[in-house]
Amino acid sequence: MSRARRGTAPVRPPIRLFRNLSSKIAAIPMVLVGLGVFVGGTIWTVVYSFTDSRLLPRLQFVGFEQYERLWSTRRWLVSIENLAIYGIVSLVFTMCLGFLLAALLDRKIRFEDTFRTIFLYPFALSFIVTGLVWQWLLNPDFGIQSVVRSMGFPNFNFDPLYNSDLVLIGLLIAGLWQGTGLIMVIMLAGLRSIDEDIWKATRVDGIPIWKTYIIVIIPMMKPVFVTALVLVTSGIVKLYDLVVAMTSGGPGISSEVPAKYVYDTLFTRQNLGQGFAASTMMLVTVAIILIPWAYMQFREKRQ
Amino acid sequence: MTHSIEIKELKLAFGAVTVLEDLNLQVGQGEFLVLLGSSGCGKSTLLNCIAGLLDITDGEIHIQGHNVTWEEPSKRGIGMVFQSYALYPQMTVEGNLAFGLKNARMPRPEIAKRIKRASEILQIEPLLKRKPAALSGGQRQRVAIGRALVRDVDVFLFDEPLSNLDAKLRADLRVEIKRLHQTLQNTMIYVTHDQVEAMTLADRIAIMKGGQIMQLAPPAEIYNRPVNKYVAGFIGSPAMNVMEGQLDAGNSEFASARGLSFTVKGYEFDGAPTSGPVWLGLRPEHVQSGKWAAGQPIQREALVDMVEPMGSDTQVWARVDGQEIRFRMDGQEKVDIGDRVPIGFDPARLSLFDKSTEIRL
Amino acid sequence: MTAAANLPGAVTPRGTKPKTVFAPRNIMLYGTLLIFSMYYLLPLYVMIVTSLKDMAEIRMGNVFSPPVEITFAPWVKAWAEACTGINCDGLSRGFWNSVRILIPSLIISVSIAALTGYVLACWRFKGSEIFFGILLLGAFIPYQVLLYPLVIILRELGLFGSLWGLVLVHTIFAMPINVLLFRNYFVALPEELFKAARVDGAGFWGIFFRIVIPMSLPIFVVSGIIQVTGIWNDFLFGVVYTRPENYPMTVQLNNIVNSVQGVQEYNVNMAATLLTGLVPLVVYFFSGRLFVRGIAAGAVKG
Ligand SMILES: Nc1ncnc2c1ncn2[C@@H]1O[C@H](COP(=O)(O)OP(=O)(O)OP(=O)(O)O)[C@@H](O)[C@H]1O
Ligand SMILES: [Mg+2]
Repeated sequence: MSRARRGTAPVRPPIRLFRNLSSKIAAIPMVLVGLGVFVGGTIWTVVYSFTDSRLLPRLQFVGFEQYERLWSTRRWLVSIENLAIYGIVSLVFTMCLGFLLAALLDRKIRFEDTFRTIFLYPFALSFIVTGLVWQWLLNPDFGIQSVVRSMGFPNFNFDPLYNSDLVLIGLLIAGLWQGTGLIMVIMLAGLRSIDEDIWKATRVDGIPIWKTYIIVIIPMMKPVFVTALVLVTSGIVKLYDLVVAMTSGGPGISSEVPAKYVYDTLFTRQNLGQGFAASTMMLVTVAIILIPWAYMQFREKRQ
Repeated sequence: MTHSIEIKELKLAFGAVTVLEDLNLQVGQGEFLVLLGSSGCGKSTLLNCIAGLLDITDGEIHIQGHNVTWEEPSKRGIGMVFQSYALYPQMTVEGNLAFGLKNARMPRPEIAKRIKRASEILQIEPLLKRKPAALSGGQRQRVAIGRALVRDVDVFLFDEPLSNLDAKLRADLRVEIKRLHQTLQNTMIYVTHDQVEAMTLADRIAIMKGGQIMQLAPPAEIYNRPVNKYVAGFIGSPAMNVMEGQLDAGNSEFASARGLSFTVKGYEFDGAPTSGPVWLGLRPEHVQSGKWAAGQPIQREALVDMVEPMGSDTQVWARVDGQEIRFRMDGQEKVDIGDRVPIGFDPARLSLFDKSTEIRL
Repeated sequence: MTAAANLPGAVTPRGTKPKTVFAPRNIMLYGTLLIFSMYYLLPLYVMIVTSLKDMAEIRMGNVFSPPVEITFAPWVKAWAEACTGINCDGLSRGFWNSVRILIPSLIISVSIAALTGYVLACWRFKGSEIFFGILLLGAFIPYQVLLYPLVIILRELGLFGSLWGLVLVHTIFAMPINVLLFRNYFVALPEELFKAARVDGAGFWGIFFRIVIPMSLPIFVVSGIIQVTGIWNDFLFGVVYTRPENYPMTVQLNNIVNSVQGVQEYNVNMAATLLTGLVPLVVYFFSGRLFVRGIAAGAVKG
């Protein structure tokens, strides 16, 4: 036995700060990013949204003036309205379609992998690519409209990208194409995590499949739905690239969205204070959606 | 040298939850100490404190005379074996054994020598080139023991090393660990919640409850003279019969609340006998029945409520003067529900506990 | 399924026979799936056929008809000659910019995320969970809120407009989701393994490099996939934080296709679009299940 191997062991507890030192050093990037960028940046933007900064940020406070101006700007109001319409419709369709596809794939079908690959691949593509492809498909002179017309329906009209009443439909078609795959995968994971025995039990009880979904499965999937909901909504708020690629906000200002308003105000119109006010409003929107969710999560954890 | 391990006033809290408090423990050189207790009582926590895997809140830990309270785990001169084996999956058995030695910058020939010796002792030489995934549970645990062995340390810590093995393997490895202890003569601290392991392996057993050591004594004493009702109920299978009742110290009479009464003359009181409400414990295996009841100081007749034949013996639930008593009969003897069976027992083997403090009288 | 019924002496089962492939229910099931597949596949198909036609054919025929005469000229043009403003050297410049952004961003962001996840899983200290909470909050802050503060930070660091500035931005915004991913993976590793390594004398870095990383290949792949697609597909940060000569591929693509000058060459546009989508598509088709696992894990736990 080697008994004299140890040196003199420290008798006192080491200084708190230096215990676990490597770990604290390794955590520096997290602290810098979390506090310095996320918290600090957010506070900075909110503070400067109360100033009259134009080309350069400066601390000349003007109260709520930027917000008043924001809410009386037509382009911002259109942006908000677009976002609300796009958001609600896209939410409903993404959830329904995502669940439907997941439920279909969950029926122990053949070629499940192939179908899943097909439904999900658009998610790998950027919004720019998505927007440009659909811009081409919806091109009135060469795309779907012209093909249908040439098939013997000369009066067929479908040119959403050139019609300010329909432009959101164009965006929705492309947005859903890109994003439903993700929700499908999440829903599928949720469906797969449901105990097989539940299906056996409902079969023994003779409950029809559609009814099983409605009264048993969907209520059990509540957390998955909530997650999907949060994911879709926080994605919608960020909607920007797709609009830029498909319509650049047009025709006119009919497809403007808040994220684009912020970018244009900050970087092309160089009206910083206004841009900060608009981005603060976006933050508020996200907070309104997220706080109830965070509260719910927190309560569930406590139980 | 004095004690192998000495723990003074140990306190450990996770935030607001205090898991161990005012814990004192001394373990002698070469002693095999078993920590026994129900799930969540703090056994693993205590072991992790000794190993230095948890930062203690207060107190001191000495190993081989050194104060190691704030020492790194690897420098405490301990080896540890875990329930889930904790073998590094990406390394071969040899790599697993060598890992700690390489970290200590030991020269290669010395590493090879130690691995050779450990694998001979544990008979794992043919497995050295394999990955843990290609080993059976028993082989994995042997390798895990080997990993502690190559460190050539004074103290071995085992945290439920056999719990993940099936019954047969467990019995085999138990014997092997005992043999290992006899060969190496190291100090071993062994956590388990298996009574059989505790009774068979231990020089002394520490029964823990709620972060405190209830009784620290050799196995026979724990079995025969449990210090309180909890220890009495915890050790022994099937569990001890516990009856509520009154003790009259004057004429050494016990009267159970249900109506059974008998004298406890011959019982060795810890202090001066006092009258009052008590718990009385009677181990099922100390109740004699049938023809063996005849020689016992106290004899009664039991009415059988239920029987559980186990082959070698039969467990019987019966009532004696309205008091439920469980006992064991020879498996060959016929007994049925409703039978009347003579029973007898010796007050010297009873346990009496104070009703409120539950401490042995 | 039918074999059992044909066995001699088998009891004739009651109830309806198991349905065959052509049962009405199955036709509906697969029919629905096929119709949806069309919706998802059509754009890819149209992109490919359009990029292989010449302009004359595009003006004559319809978007869905396959090319009569396959031509690769649009691809060549998209890669090497298409114009953005005054530059006429095609998408290739954007491609190489994206590569030069992607590789350092990928390495740095995955390394930092893995290390941070390791700290949060295995070496918690007082307050580490709070910092983690703050970091996660960052995943929900709209980028627009942080756009300008980051401009200032990059300017202070002298990185504004350079590729390294964009690398830093990508690393920052990738942190929440990737740290979460790594932390959750590492937390699920057996704790006793970690204790055993400490008894064996391995320290913070020893355990990270010798025990944890070798066991975590899948999560590195998953995180890498998320990063590659995320960074390659980024548009907003590219526009904001780089100068035109450093524009990543997506930005350049958008400039080529949506430029107002000149005649629109749809075949070149589609070839350019396909070229830009190629990298994430290749990653997607080759990583298959891991990609799904990555987004499911990242999303469900987010
Ligand atoms: N990290 C921790 N934070 C808070 N409480 C903890 C932590 N680890 C353990 N505990 C608590 O400490 C108590 C003792 O745990 P410990 O693991 O020592 O029990 P044990 O006796 O080993 O049980 P078992 O037989 O199940 O292994 C338990 O009540 C447990 O909930
Ligand atoms: Mg334990």
